[in-house]
Amino acid sequence: MAASESYPDDLLYHPEHDWARIDGDEAVLGVTWYAQDALGELVHYEPPDVGSTVSKDTSYGEVESVKAVSDLISPLSGEVLEVNRTVVDAPETVNDDPYGDGWLIRIRLSSAEERDQLLDVAAYRKVLEDA
Amino acid sequence: MVPFAGWEMPVQYDGVISEHRAVRTDAGVFDVSHMGELEIEGPTARDLIQATLSNDVDKLRPGAAQYSLITTESGGIVDDVIVYRLDEHRYFVVVNASNRDADHAWLKERELRGSDVRDVSDEYALLAVQGPRALERLGLETGEPFTFELGLLDGVEVMVNRTGYTGEEGVELACMDEDAGRLWDAILARGVTPCGLGARDTLRLEVCYPLHGNDIGPQWDAISSGLGWACALGTEFTGVERLRELKERGPERKLVPFVMREKAIPRQGMPIEGGGEVTSGSHSPMLDVGIGLGYVPAAQAKAGTELVVDVRGRARKAEVVKKPIYQKER
Repeated sequence: MAASESYPDDLLYHPEHDWARIDGDEAVLGVTWYAQDALGELVHYEPPDVGSTVSKDTSYGEVESVKAVSDLISPLSGEVLEVNRTVVDAPETVNDDPYGDGWLIRIRLSSAEERDQLLDVAAYRKVLEDA
Repeated sequence: MVPFAGWEMPVQYDGVISEHRAVRTDAGVFDVSHMGELEIEGPTARDLIQATLSNDVDKLRPGAAQYSLITTESGGIVDDVIVYRLDEHRYFVVVNASNRDADHAWLKERELRGSDVRDVSDEYALLAVQGPRALERLGLETGEPFTFELGLLDGVEVMVNRTGYTGEEGVELACMDEDAGRLWDAILARGVTPCGLGARDTLRLEVCYPLHGNDIGPQWDAISSGLGWACALGTEFTGVERLRELKERGPERKLVPFVMREKAIPRQGMPIEGGGEVTSGSHSPMLDVGIGLGYVPAAQAKAGTELVVDVRGRARKAEVVKKPIYQKER
Protein backbone atom coordinates (compact mmCIF):
# COMPACT_ATOMS: atom_id res chain seq x y z
CA MET A 1 0.00 0.00 0.00
CA ALA A 2 1.42 3.34 -1.00
CA ALA A 3 1.62 5.82 1.86
CA SER A 4 -0.45 9.01 1.74
CA GLU A 5 1.32 12.35 1.40
CA SER A 6 2.98 13.60 4.55
CA TYR A 7 6.04 15.56 5.73
CA PRO A 8 6.78 14.98 9.43
CA ASP A 9 7.73 18.15 11.31
CA ASP A 10 10.49 16.50 13.37
CA LEU A 11 12.70 15.99 10.29
CA LEU A 12 15.12 18.24 8.43
CA TYR A 13 14.90 18.35 4.65
CA HIS A 14 17.17 18.80 1.64
CA PRO A 15 15.70 20.45 -1.48
CA GLU A 16 16.60 17.32 -3.52
CA HIS A 17 13.76 15.59 -1.61
CA ASP A 18 15.78 13.84 1.06
CA TRP A 19 15.19 13.90 4.80
CA ALA A 20 17.41 13.50 7.89
CA ARG A 21 16.42 12.49 11.41
CA ILE A 22 19.24 13.67 13.67
CA ASP A 23 19.86 11.96 17.00
CA GLY A 24 22.97 13.23 18.80
CA ASP A 25 25.96 12.73 16.50
CA GLU A 26 24.10 10.30 14.25
CA ALA A 27 21.45 10.72 11.58
CA VAL A 28 19.10 8.45 9.68
CA LEU A 29 18.51 9.43 6.03
CA GLY A 30 15.77 8.71 3.54
CA VAL A 31 13.74 10.18 0.68
CA THR A 32 10.53 12.15 1.04
CA TRP A 33 7.01 11.16 0.09
CA TYR A 34 7.30 13.49 -2.91
CA ALA A 35 10.42 11.69 -4.20
CA GLN A 36 8.96 8.19 -3.96
CA ASP A 37 5.72 9.36 -5.55
CA ALA A 38 7.57 10.97 -8.46
CA LEU A 39 9.59 7.79 -9.06
CA GLY A 40 6.78 5.27 -8.69
CA GLU A 41 7.13 1.82 -7.16
CA LEU A 42 10.79 1.23 -6.38
CA VAL A 43 12.37 -1.99 -7.61
CA HIS A 44 16.06 -1.47 -6.80
CA TYR A 45 18.12 0.20 -4.06
CA GLU A 46 21.87 0.53 -4.65
CA PRO A 47 23.24 1.38 -1.18
CA PRO A 48 26.71 2.66 -0.23
CA ASP A 49 29.12 0.36 1.64
CA VAL A 50 29.06 0.40 5.40
CA GLY A 51 32.17 2.30 6.54
CA SER A 52 32.30 4.51 3.45
CA THR A 53 31.85 8.26 3.77
CA VAL A 54 29.06 10.35 2.33
CA SER A 55 29.27 14.08 1.62
CA LYS A 56 26.54 16.65 1.83
CA ASP A 57 24.91 17.47 -1.54
CA THR A 58 26.49 14.52 -3.34
CA SER A 59 25.17 11.12 -4.36
CA TYR A 60 25.54 8.22 -1.92
CA GLY A 61 23.49 5.66 -3.84
CA GLU A 62 20.64 5.13 -6.26
CA VAL A 63 17.04 4.05 -6.28
CA GLU A 64 15.26 2.79 -9.38
CA SER A 65 11.69 2.31 -10.45
CA VAL A 66 10.76 0.32 -13.55
CA LYS A 67 11.29 3.37 -15.75
CA ALA A 68 13.71 5.65 -13.93
CA VAL A 69 16.94 5.87 -11.95
CA SER A 70 17.50 8.52 -9.31
CA ASP A 71 20.60 9.48 -7.36
CA LEU A 72 20.26 9.70 -3.61
CA ILE A 73 21.60 13.06 -2.47
CA SER A 74 22.98 13.16 1.03
CA PRO A 75 21.67 16.03 3.14
CA LEU A 76 24.63 15.70 5.55
CA SER A 77 28.23 14.42 5.64
CA GLY A 78 29.47 11.48 7.65
CA GLU A 79 30.42 7.82 7.82
CA VAL A 80 27.93 5.09 6.91
CA LEU A 81 27.17 3.02 10.03
CA GLU A 82 24.28 0.95 8.69
CA VAL A 83 22.39 0.26 5.47
CA ASN A 84 18.72 -0.70 5.65
CA ARG A 85 18.80 -4.27 4.30
CA THR A 86 15.00 -4.43 4.37
CA VAL A 87 14.94 -1.87 1.56
CA VAL A 88 17.69 -3.69 -0.36
CA ASP A 89 15.53 -6.83 -0.34
CA ALA A 90 12.17 -5.08 -0.71
CA PRO A 91 12.66 -1.61 -2.25
CA GLU A 92 8.90 -0.97 -2.29
CA THR A 93 9.18 -0.51 1.50
CA VAL A 94 10.16 3.08 0.65
CA ASN A 95 6.81 3.61 -1.08
CA ASP A 96 4.91 2.05 1.80
CA ASP A 97 6.62 3.92 4.62
CA PRO A 98 9.14 6.55 3.43
CA TYR A 99 9.86 7.97 6.92
CA GLY A 100 9.73 4.73 8.92
CA ASP A 101 10.67 1.26 7.64
CA GLY A 102 11.77 2.82 4.34
CA TRP A 103 14.80 4.67 5.79
CA LEU A 104 17.97 4.19 3.71
CA ILE A 105 21.17 4.68 5.74
CA ARG A 106 22.35 5.64 9.22
CA ILE A 107 25.47 7.79 9.42
CA ARG A 108 27.81 9.28 12.05
CA LEU A 109 27.93 13.01 11.41
CA SER A 110 31.30 14.53 10.58
CA SER A 111 30.16 18.16 10.42
CA ALA A 112 27.34 18.74 12.88
CA GLU A 113 26.98 22.39 11.85
CA GLU A 114 25.74 21.34 8.37
CA ARG A 115 22.32 20.84 9.91
CA ASP A 116 21.86 24.60 9.99
CA GLN A 117 21.78 24.60 6.16
CA LEU A 118 18.87 22.16 5.96
CA LEU A 119 15.21 23.09 5.63
CA ASP A 120 12.51 22.72 8.22
CA VAL A 121 9.19 21.30 7.11
CA ALA A 122 7.68 24.72 6.31
CA ALA A 123 10.64 25.65 4.11
CA TYR A 124 10.56 22.24 2.36
CA ARG A 125 6.84 22.57 1.67
CA LYS A 126 7.66 25.93 0.07
CA VAL A 127 10.15 24.12 -2.21
CA LEU A 128 7.39 21.72 -3.25
CA GLU A 129 4.93 24.53 -3.92
CA ASP A 130 7.45 26.26 -6.16
CA ALA A 131 8.37 23.05 -7.99
CA MET B 1 1.86 11.71 -19.97
CA VAL B 2 4.97 11.70 -22.15
CA PRO B 3 5.54 12.69 -25.75
CA PHE B 4 6.08 9.63 -27.98
CA ALA B 5 6.47 9.80 -31.77
CA GLY B 6 4.39 12.97 -31.87
CA TRP B 7 1.68 11.58 -29.56
CA GLU B 8 0.93 12.32 -25.93
CA MET B 9 0.95 8.91 -24.31
CA PRO B 10 0.33 7.73 -20.75
CA VAL B 11 3.30 5.83 -19.27
CA GLN B 12 1.02 4.52 -16.56
CA TYR B 13 -2.47 4.87 -15.14
CA ASP B 14 -2.26 3.23 -11.73
CA GLY B 15 1.32 1.94 -11.79
CA VAL B 16 3.50 -0.04 -14.20
CA ILE B 17 3.76 -3.07 -11.93
CA SER B 18 0.06 -3.39 -11.09
CA GLU B 19 -0.87 -2.91 -14.75
CA HIS B 20 1.70 -5.51 -15.79
CA ARG B 21 0.28 -8.02 -13.31
CA ALA B 22 -3.27 -7.30 -14.47
CA VAL B 23 -2.28 -8.37 -18.00
CA ARG B 24 -0.51 -11.52 -16.77
CA THR B 25 -3.38 -12.61 -14.51
CA ASP B 26 -6.58 -11.04 -15.89
CA ALA B 27 -6.89 -8.50 -18.73
CA GLY B 28 -5.51 -5.09 -19.64
CA VAL B 29 -6.20 -2.63 -22.46
CA PHE B 30 -3.62 -0.45 -24.22
CA ASP B 31 -4.47 2.44 -26.50
CA VAL B 32 -2.00 1.86 -29.32
CA SER B 33 -3.67 4.20 -31.78
CA HIS B 34 -0.31 5.87 -32.30
CA MET B 35 0.70 2.88 -34.44
CA GLY B 36 0.53 3.52 -38.15
CA GLU B 37 -1.59 1.73 -40.73
CA LEU B 38 -0.86 1.47 -44.43
CA GLU B 39 -3.18 0.05 -47.03
CA ILE B 40 -1.71 -1.59 -50.10
CA GLU B 41 -4.14 -2.27 -52.87
CA GLY B 42 -4.19 -3.35 -56.48
CA PRO B 43 -3.54 -6.31 -58.77
CA THR B 44 0.22 -6.08 -58.08
CA ALA B 45 -0.09 -5.42 -54.31
CA ARG B 46 1.10 -8.98 -53.66
CA ASP B 47 4.17 -8.48 -55.88
CA LEU B 48 5.09 -5.24 -54.11
CA ILE B 49 4.82 -6.85 -50.67
CA GLN B 50 6.72 -9.97 -51.70
CA ALA B 51 9.53 -7.83 -53.13
CA THR B 52 9.90 -5.48 -50.15
CA LEU B 53 8.94 -7.54 -47.07
CA SER B 54 10.85 -10.49 -45.71
CA ASN B 55 8.15 -13.07 -45.05
CA ASP B 56 6.36 -15.12 -47.71
CA VAL B 57 3.17 -13.24 -48.46
CA ASP B 58 1.87 -16.17 -50.51
CA LYS B 59 1.33 -18.05 -47.26
CA LEU B 60 -1.18 -15.39 -46.29
CA ARG B 61 -4.80 -16.20 -47.12
CA PRO B 62 -7.55 -13.55 -46.84
CA GLY B 63 -8.46 -13.34 -43.13
CA ALA B 64 -4.95 -14.11 -41.93
CA ALA B 65 -2.08 -12.00 -40.59
CA GLN B 66 1.68 -12.35 -40.71
CA TYR B 67 4.66 -10.83 -38.91
CA SER B 68 7.16 -9.48 -41.43
CA LEU B 69 10.07 -7.08 -41.86
CA ILE B 70 10.72 -4.25 -44.26
CA THR B 71 14.38 -4.86 -45.04
CA THR B 72 17.26 -2.81 -46.44
CA GLU B 73 19.75 -3.93 -49.09
CA SER B 74 22.15 -4.98 -46.33
CA GLY B 75 19.48 -7.00 -44.54
CA GLY B 76 18.82 -4.32 -41.92
CA ILE B 77 15.33 -3.64 -40.62
CA VAL B 78 13.46 -0.50 -41.72
CA ASP B 79 10.52 -1.68 -39.59
CA ASP B 80 8.81 -4.75 -38.22
CA VAL B 81 5.16 -4.93 -39.20
CA ILE B 82 2.08 -7.10 -39.25
CA VAL B 83 0.49 -7.67 -42.65
CA TYR B 84 -3.24 -8.46 -42.76
CA ARG B 85 -4.68 -9.77 -46.00
CA LEU B 86 -8.11 -8.17 -46.32
CA ASP B 87 -8.99 -9.76 -49.66
CA GLU B 88 -7.39 -10.96 -52.86
CA HIS B 89 -5.77 -7.63 -53.75
CA ARG B 90 -5.94 -5.60 -50.55
CA TYR B 91 -3.57 -5.65 -47.58
CA PHE B 92 -3.50 -3.74 -44.30
CA VAL B 93 -0.07 -3.20 -42.72
CA VAL B 94 0.30 -2.12 -39.09
CA VAL B 95 3.61 -0.32 -38.58
CA ASN B 96 5.47 1.35 -35.69
CA ALA B 97 4.41 4.91 -34.94
CA SER B 98 7.86 6.41 -35.29
CA ASN B 99 8.41 4.70 -38.67
CA ARG B 100 5.07 5.53 -40.22
CA ASP B 101 6.38 8.20 -42.58
CA ALA B 102 9.59 6.32 -43.41
CA ASP B 103 7.68 3.10 -44.17
CA HIS B 104 5.15 4.90 -46.31
CA ALA B 105 7.89 6.67 -48.27
CA TRP B 106 9.93 3.45 -48.59
CA LEU B 107 7.03 1.49 -50.09
CA LYS B 108 5.71 4.42 -52.13
CA GLU B 109 9.12 4.72 -53.82
CA ARG B 110 8.97 1.04 -54.78
CA GLU B 111 5.35 1.07 -55.91
CA LEU B 112 4.60 -0.98 -59.02
CA ARG B 113 2.20 -0.27 -61.82
CA GLY B 114 -1.05 -1.61 -60.39
CA SER B 115 -0.30 -1.16 -56.70
CA ASP B 116 -1.23 1.76 -54.49
CA VAL B 117 0.21 2.45 -51.05
CA ARG B 118 -1.79 4.76 -48.79
CA ASP B 119 -1.15 5.96 -45.24
CA VAL B 120 -4.53 5.52 -43.53
CA SER B 121 -3.22 5.92 -39.96
CA ASP B 122 -5.41 8.91 -39.18
CA GLU B 123 -8.58 6.98 -40.01
CA TYR B 124 -8.04 4.19 -37.50
CA ALA B 125 -7.64 3.71 -33.78
CA LEU B 126 -6.16 0.54 -32.30
CA LEU B 127 -6.86 -0.88 -28.84
CA ALA B 128 -5.01 -3.98 -27.63
CA VAL B 129 -6.86 -6.09 -25.06
CA GLN B 130 -4.52 -8.69 -23.61
CA GLY B 131 -4.45 -11.26 -20.82
CA PRO B 132 -5.72 -14.71 -19.90
CA ARG B 133 -9.23 -13.34 -19.29
CA ALA B 134 -9.23 -10.85 -22.21
CA LEU B 135 -11.50 -12.90 -24.49
CA GLU B 136 -13.87 -13.84 -21.69
CA ARG B 137 -14.23 -10.21 -20.64
CA LEU B 138 -14.89 -9.14 -24.23
CA GLY B 139 -17.33 -12.00 -24.78
CA LEU B 140 -15.22 -13.40 -27.64
CA GLU B 141 -14.57 -17.01 -28.57
CA THR B 142 -11.04 -18.32 -28.77
CA GLY B 143 -9.58 -17.81 -32.24
CA GLU B 144 -6.61 -18.98 -34.19
CA PRO B 145 -3.58 -16.71 -33.63
CA PHE B 146 -2.72 -14.43 -36.55
CA THR B 147 -6.22 -14.33 -37.99
CA PHE B 148 -8.82 -11.58 -37.96
CA GLU B 149 -12.51 -11.05 -38.48
CA LEU B 150 -14.86 -8.08 -38.68
CA GLY B 151 -17.48 -7.74 -35.99
CA LEU B 152 -19.33 -5.60 -33.49
CA LEU B 153 -18.26 -5.02 -29.92
CA ASP B 154 -20.86 -3.24 -27.80
CA GLY B 155 -22.20 -1.60 -30.94
CA VAL B 156 -18.84 -0.49 -32.33
CA GLU B 157 -17.62 -1.89 -35.65
CA VAL B 158 -14.25 -3.48 -35.10
CA MET B 159 -11.62 -5.52 -36.86
CA VAL B 160 -10.75 -8.22 -34.30
CA ASN B 161 -7.10 -9.17 -34.77
CA ARG B 162 -5.73 -12.19 -32.95
CA THR B 163 -2.37 -10.55 -32.37
CA GLY B 164 -0.56 -8.83 -29.53
CA TYR B 165 2.69 -7.73 -27.95
CA THR B 166 2.48 -9.18 -24.44
CA GLY B 167 2.83 -12.96 -24.82
CA GLU B 168 -0.71 -13.38 -23.48
CA GLU B 169 -3.86 -14.43 -25.25
CA GLY B 170 -5.83 -11.48 -26.54
CA VAL B 171 -6.84 -9.31 -29.44
CA GLU B 172 -5.99 -6.00 -31.04
CA LEU B 173 -9.14 -4.15 -32.02
CA ALA B 174 -9.00 -1.69 -34.92
CA CYS B 175 -11.92 0.72 -35.22
CA MET B 176 -12.69 3.99 -36.95
CA ASP B 177 -10.97 6.91 -35.23
CA GLU B 178 -14.27 8.57 -34.25
CA ASP B 179 -15.45 5.40 -32.44
CA ALA B 180 -12.31 5.00 -30.33
CA GLY B 181 -13.58 6.76 -27.20
CA ARG B 182 -16.77 4.72 -27.19
CA LEU B 183 -14.85 1.46 -27.65
CA TRP B 184 -12.36 2.36 -24.90
CA ASP B 185 -15.20 3.10 -22.45
CA ALA B 186 -16.98 -0.13 -23.38
CA ILE B 187 -13.84 -2.18 -22.76
CA LEU B 188 -13.22 -0.52 -19.38
CA ALA B 189 -16.88 -1.14 -18.45
CA ARG B 190 -16.18 -4.85 -18.99
CA GLY B 191 -13.66 -4.73 -16.14
CA VAL B 192 -10.46 -4.54 -18.20
CA THR B 193 -7.56 -2.62 -16.56
CA PRO B 194 -6.25 0.43 -18.47
CA CYS B 195 -2.50 0.08 -19.09
CA GLY B 196 0.15 2.52 -20.28
CA LEU B 197 3.35 2.41 -22.32
CA GLY B 198 5.40 1.40 -19.28
CA ALA B 199 3.65 -1.94 -18.82
CA ARG B 200 3.59 -2.51 -22.57
CA ASP B 201 7.39 -2.32 -22.52
CA THR B 202 7.94 -4.62 -19.51
CA LEU B 203 5.43 -7.17 -20.86
CA ARG B 204 7.03 -7.40 -24.29
CA LEU B 205 10.51 -7.56 -22.77
CA GLU B 206 9.61 -10.52 -20.51
CA VAL B 207 8.62 -12.48 -23.62
CA CYS B 208 11.55 -11.13 -25.72
CA TYR B 209 9.58 -9.34 -28.42
CA PRO B 210 12.06 -6.87 -29.93
CA LEU B 211 11.25 -3.17 -30.02
CA HIS B 212 12.17 -1.39 -33.25
CA GLY B 213 14.50 1.51 -32.48
CA ASN B 214 15.86 -0.30 -29.40
CA ASP B 215 16.61 -3.92 -30.30
CA ILE B 216 16.21 -3.96 -34.05
CA GLY B 217 16.84 -1.36 -36.74
CA PRO B 218 18.52 -0.66 -40.07
CA GLN B 219 21.97 -1.00 -38.45
CA TRP B 220 21.44 -4.66 -37.45
CA ASP B 221 20.58 -7.38 -39.97
CA ALA B 222 17.58 -9.62 -39.37
CA ILE B 223 19.68 -12.76 -38.81
CA SER B 224 21.77 -11.17 -36.05
CA SER B 225 18.53 -9.86 -34.57
CA GLY B 226 17.17 -13.39 -34.30
CA LEU B 227 14.38 -12.76 -36.79
CA GLY B 228 15.50 -15.26 -39.42
CA TRP B 229 12.20 -17.08 -38.80
CA ALA B 230 10.38 -14.08 -40.33
CA CYS B 231 12.60 -14.12 -43.44
CA ALA B 232 11.50 -16.44 -46.24
CA LEU B 233 14.97 -16.87 -47.74
CA GLY B 234 13.52 -18.88 -50.63
CA THR B 235 11.69 -15.78 -51.90
CA GLU B 236 13.15 -12.66 -53.52
CA PHE B 237 13.02 -9.46 -51.48
CA THR B 238 15.29 -6.51 -50.72
CA GLY B 239 18.43 -7.69 -48.94
CA VAL B 240 17.72 -11.42 -49.32
CA GLU B 241 21.15 -12.21 -50.77
CA ARG B 242 22.94 -10.65 -47.84
CA LEU B 243 20.64 -12.46 -45.40
CA ARG B 244 21.25 -15.83 -47.11
CA GLU B 245 24.97 -15.22 -46.79
CA LEU B 246 24.68 -14.29 -43.10
CA LYS B 247 22.50 -17.32 -42.43
CA GLU B 248 25.04 -19.55 -44.18
CA ARG B 249 28.10 -18.24 -42.40
CA GLY B 250 26.50 -17.33 -39.07
CA PRO B 251 26.31 -13.78 -37.71
CA GLU B 252 29.18 -12.23 -35.76
CA ARG B 253 26.87 -10.82 -33.14
CA LYS B 254 23.52 -11.93 -31.85
CA LEU B 255 20.65 -10.39 -29.97
CA VAL B 256 20.19 -12.41 -26.78
CA PRO B 257 17.88 -12.30 -23.77
CA PHE B 258 19.56 -12.21 -20.36
CA VAL B 259 18.67 -12.19 -16.69
CA MET B 260 20.71 -10.42 -14.01
CA ARG B 261 22.28 -12.81 -11.52
CA GLU B 262 23.28 -9.93 -9.24
CA LYS B 263 20.98 -7.15 -8.07
CA ALA B 264 20.87 -4.47 -10.76
CA ILE B 265 18.61 -3.20 -13.50
CA PRO B 266 20.16 -3.17 -16.97
CA ARG B 267 19.28 -0.19 -19.17
CA GLN B 268 19.58 0.58 -22.87
CA GLY B 269 23.13 1.55 -23.88
CA MET B 270 24.99 -0.15 -21.02
CA PRO B 271 28.16 -1.94 -22.23
CA ILE B 272 28.42 -5.73 -21.85
CA GLU B 273 31.97 -6.97 -21.23
CA GLY B 274 33.51 -8.44 -24.39
CA GLY B 275 32.05 -5.91 -26.83
CA GLY B 276 28.32 -6.26 -26.30
CA GLU B 277 25.65 -3.70 -25.52
CA VAL B 278 22.27 -3.68 -23.79
CA THR B 279 19.48 -2.62 -26.17
CA SER B 280 16.54 -2.96 -23.76
CA GLY B 281 16.55 -3.43 -20.02
CA SER B 282 14.15 -3.22 -17.15
CA HIS B 283 12.90 -4.89 -14.02
CA SER B 284 10.74 -7.97 -14.55
CA PRO B 285 7.60 -7.56 -12.44
CA MET B 286 6.90 -11.31 -12.63
CA LEU B 287 10.40 -12.59 -11.85
CA ASP B 288 11.45 -9.66 -9.66
CA VAL B 289 14.92 -9.39 -11.25
CA GLY B 290 16.63 -7.21 -13.82
CA ILE B 291 16.17 -8.51 -17.39
CA GLY B 292 17.25 -7.35 -20.80
CA LEU B 293 18.06 -7.87 -24.45
CA GLY B 294 21.42 -7.05 -25.94
CA TYR B 295 23.84 -7.76 -28.75
CA VAL B 296 26.85 -9.90 -27.83
CA PRO B 297 29.58 -11.60 -29.92
CA ALA B 298 28.30 -14.97 -31.23
CA ALA B 299 30.67 -16.82 -28.87
CA GLN B 300 28.80 -15.34 -25.89
CA ALA B 301 25.32 -15.97 -27.27
CA LYS B 302 24.65 -19.48 -25.97
CA ALA B 303 22.12 -19.88 -23.15
CA GLY B 304 23.94 -20.30 -19.86
CA THR B 305 26.84 -17.98 -20.79
CA GLU B 306 27.77 -15.56 -18.04
CA LEU B 307 27.75 -11.89 -19.04
CA VAL B 308 29.04 -8.88 -17.13
CA VAL B 309 27.01 -5.70 -17.53
CA ASP B 310 28.56 -2.32 -16.77
CA VAL B 311 25.86 -0.70 -14.61
CA ARG B 312 27.06 2.91 -14.35
CA GLY B 313 30.58 1.76 -13.50
CA ARG B 314 29.63 -1.30 -11.45
CA ALA B 315 30.28 -4.75 -12.95
CA ARG B 316 27.18 -6.90 -12.43
CA LYS B 317 26.78 -10.54 -13.50
CA ALA B 318 24.04 -11.70 -15.81
CA GLU B 319 23.28 -14.92 -17.68
CA VAL B 320 22.13 -15.52 -21.24
CA VAL B 321 18.81 -17.41 -21.16
CA LYS B 322 16.50 -19.02 -23.67
CA LYS B 323 13.49 -17.13 -25.02
CA PRO B 324 11.12 -16.25 -23.49
CA ILE B 325 12.55 -14.84 -20.26
CA TYR B 326 9.20 -15.28 -18.54
CA GLN B 327 6.89 -18.20 -19.17
CA LYS B 328 3.73 -19.05 -17.31
CA GLU B 329 3.89 -22.21 -15.23
CA ARG B 330 1.74 -24.81 -16.86
